[in-house]
Amino acid sequence: MKRGLLDVCVLAAIRDEDSYGYRIVKDLSPYVEISESTLYPILRRLESGQMLTVRTAEHNGRLRKYYHITDSGIERLKQFESEWKELMQIYEFVTRGGEK
Amino acid sequence: MNKTEFTEQLRAALKGLSEEDLKKSVDYYEEMIDDRMEDGIPEEEAVNGLGSIDEIKDKILKEIPITNIVKEKIKPKRSLAGWEIALLVIGSPVWVPIVLSLIITGLSIYMTFWIIILSLYVTDLSLFLSGILGIVAAFMQTNGFATGLFLSGIGITLTGVSVLLFFGFNQITKWMFILSKKFLLWLKKLFVGEKKSAN
Repeated sequence: MKRGLLDVCVLAAIRDEDSYGYRIVKDLSPYVEISESTLYPILRRLESGQMLTVRTAEHNGRLRKYYHITDSGIERLKQFESEWKELMQIYEFVTRGGEK
Repeated sequence: MNKTEFTEQLRAALKGLSEEDLKKSVDYYEEMIDDRMEDGIPEEEAVNGLGSIDEIKDKILKEIPITNIVKEKIKPKRSLAGWEIALLVIGSPVWVPIVLSLIITGLSIYMTFWIIILSLYVTDLSLFLSGILGIVAAFMQTNGFATGLFLSGIGITLTGVSVLLFFGFNQITKWMFILSKKFLLWLKKLFVGEKKSAN
């Protein structure tokens, strides 16, 4: 559960624009506990699952890798949204259940 | 530890991975250190904040399939000479059975794992069914009240025990999965990294 959740968070962090490792960690850290060394295997997994692509660009005289979300990555995010909508409906039903 | 020391140690810890995997991993961590330093974190702190080399190694290895690691290990470092190929062919009656038995051993360890789990649940199911049957038999038998009481008592006990065991077995299965993951990581570590005792 947690593991899949982090994958989705990383995808969301690069949805609007390409991002790089350190920024992804910074962007996500207010919401989830994630470190650079946790992020690395996730990025690799997402890359081999073709959810994102990697390009290398120069930054301040050194190379930096930028991650770009693919169509299947966006598809994964949409799937996550609809799954959660369903879950939220169940949640509302359960929490309201006592009042009826 | 500074960046150079860190990179060297990480490279040594990951020795045995393919050149591509090794470079990717080291590049990633170098980039992280550079970005941290650019953000104003002092070098030492930027390196130490990433965690220990062992932790990093574990996380990297978990994502790399064991088949890749083994393939890299047995891949010849250079192309084979004619006489070496000839030797391999002549020696095949010796090494083929050895390799085959290693593969079969691996497979049987894997199967044992699943069979243990399966047998736990089969045992549980049989207990449950005997319990139910005991209760049914208590009503169907014609030997009188005492036998009926005895059979239904045993039946209820067995059913109860099977329900309790079911939760116990779930826990054991969970542990087995954790154990198998640890075992896999341990196996990968046999192939990757410089031995600390050597040299």
